[in-house]
Amino acid sequence: MTTTAESTTTTSQDETTRMTMAVAMNSALDLALDGDEKVILLGEDIADPAGGVLKVTRGLSSKYGTGRVRATPISETAIIGTAIGAALAGYRPVAEIMFMDFMGVCLDQITNHAAKLRYMSGGHSTIPITIRTTVGEQRFGAQHSQSLEAWFMHTPGIKVVMPSTAIEAKGLLASCVADDDPCLFIENVRLAFSQKQEVPVGDYRIPLGEADVKRPGADLSVITYGPAVHTALATAETLADEGIDLEVVDLRTLIPLDMASVMDSVAKTRKAIVLHDATTFCGPGAEIAARITEELFGKLDAPVKRLGAGYHPAPYAPSGLSYLPTSDELADTARELLGY
Amino acid sequence: MTDTLPTPVPGGLDAQRLREAYRTMRTIRAFEERLHEEFASGDIPGFVHLYAGEEASATGVCMHLDDRDSIASTHRGHGHCIAKGVDVKAMMAEIYGRRTGACQGKGGSMHIADLSKGMLGANGIVGGGPPLICGTALASKQQNTGGVGVAFFGDGASNQGTTLESLNLASVWGLPAIFVAENNGFAEATASAWSVAADNIADRAAGFGIPGVIVDGFDFFAVHEAAGEAIERARGGGGPTLIEVKFTRYYGHFEGDQQSYRLDEVKQARETVDCLKAFRSRVTGTGLLDEAGLESIDGEVFALIDAAVAEAKQAPRPTRSDLETDVYVSY
Ligand SMILES: Cc1ncc(C[n+]2csc(CCOP(=O)(O)OP(=O)(O)O)c2C)c(N)n1
Repeated sequence: MTTTAESTTTTSQDETTRMTMAVAMNSALDLALDGDEKVILLGEDIADPAGGVLKVTRGLSSKYGTGRVRATPISETAIIGTAIGAALAGYRPVAEIMFMDFMGVCLDQITNHAAKLRYMSGGHSTIPITIRTTVGEQRFGAQHSQSLEAWFMHTPGIKVVMPSTAIEAKGLLASCVADDDPCLFIENVRLAFSQKQEVPVGDYRIPLGEADVKRPGADLSVITYGPAVHTALATAETLADEGIDLEVVDLRTLIPLDMASVMDSVAKTRKAIVLHDATTFCGPGAEIAARITEELFGKLDAPVKRLGAGYHPAPYAPSGLSYLPTSDELADTARELLGY
Repeated sequence: MTDTLPTPVPGGLDAQRLREAYRTMRTIRAFEERLHEEFASGDIPGFVHLYAGEEASATGVCMHLDDRDSIASTHRGHGHCIAKGVDVKAMMAEIYGRRTGACQGKGGSMHIADLSKGMLGANGIVGGGPPLICGTALASKQQNTGGVGVAFFGDGASNQGTTLESLNLASVWGLPAIFVAENNGFAEATASAWSVAADNIADRAAGFGIPGVIVDGFDFFAVHEAAGEAIERARGGGGPTLIEVKFTRYYGHFEGDQQSYRLDEVKQARETVDCLKAFRSRVTGTGLLDEAGLESIDGEVFALIDAAVAEAKQAPRPTRSDLETDVYVSY
């Protein structure tokens, strides 16, 4: 696939090598551990030989020691609480919660503590933690598959990041670790190994809060992020054959949300679809569509559409019960909007 | 007092009950070994965690349970389901993601449930089960049914706050709740010898003021006896017990696990302490059951599993119209 992410402001990026998303994230963590002795990692099965379920932390405990790359018992509340406490004591912890649905177990520590402590203390506390987590797959069942980013967008005080490519996984994860606010970094099982690109070997950062136009187009803007970016790009190729020119905007960061880039795109194309794997109902697209309508009302040629998961838990059976928005649905919706 | 013959097996199980115990353990083993093969052939659409090696735990505990009682299970839940009487064919169809499955293909291996059997559900959240059992135990206590709630959970789950909170609550309220910690030595790649701060999970019972028992999980009779005492006490109003069952799982954490974290302790366990072998030699040695009888059970079980797989593969799949049903009772 093509990406314009390389054009983003970065530092030392001369040497590159082909990496999967998992390896790119490993590289970001490796450099963070190397560059700042206050960076520590903690989570279930993250130490060698396991190296994490997606192998994102492989080799790091061997290289930096189990004092800095700490495996934990299965105790999500304690993992996040420890990360917060260590952050208050000057560390820069990166905690892993194996699957996003398990955030339910430690939600209190994230939403009542990590997200609020700075505000409640009148700016006295700083919580530079990064929580890495994974959105799973339908075949893992309802408690391992949900895209719950909207939960955290509802919680002022925490940044929310969801990369779609290997290069951005590295650049955004590095920025999360370096950021002084709590950051939630959401990985995706499907992308971890399928996304492979030339990625800078050295220190490389992509600023949080900047969307990226993954494909410029004139007719309709697809505003998306995470795995759905690839659905959008594939659909754009299909529709190009019909003479429909999609613009694909990858938000990359949901909080802070780069609405300026969204507005620029939609002001140009005058038509927009927001696409994501989270539920359509009360999903991130609801906010984005409302904002577009509020600000660009007079310029729109068609209503802003949202495409997301249905309003139900993730079903197990893959055939028959597919529930994420498909390329066909996106293409149909795009054709419908072009008809206005 | 007159001399009586020592009971040949503990627990006073007669030949009929022994056959039931054997059938349950064999069914679990055959179910899991078949899934191991089917998974490798790529026919199973989702994730499976196999219970093989641990059969004596589910069986030894659930032999004491009846319709009043409920159990909560884990991601490794097939054995608990079978031991509590969930239909094997419905389970297999569920794992194949079919509409005829125990949960209509919506749950999958990690979520098989059958409330009509008191099986609250397998569970994808480690440590999710123990709190639920406090609730069913509370209901039994309020209504004086004599029923108990049993939570099966792993060594890894024993470190979750949910588990520890539940032990405390059950003790404070004197609930008829049984906590069965299935210590198979590992939580994914994490050794319980490292992750559990006490020498034994059962040692933690003292901190909650309840009895804690350790049993050899390969020995059906040991599990059966310990569970029997705990359940009888709970039914009589004596409160919760923590039972730690120690053994090994025979397969990886999930099917596909490379198991880089452990040496081949499985081969030795299979050869020397396997629960089915031990049971067999014990009951045939005392003359209670004979080899031929056990082999005929094996044959029936294998035929059942064959039929379950064949029917599951032929069964209809759920359709889009099933997607949004069962989210709410009414909407
Ligand atoms: C809350 C939560 N955290 C982590 C996981 C991922 N996970 C699934 S099974 C497992 C290990 C569980 O170990 P244990 O409780 O000992 O049960 P066993 O697998 O050994 O039967 C882990 C970490 C999960 N499913 N839920």
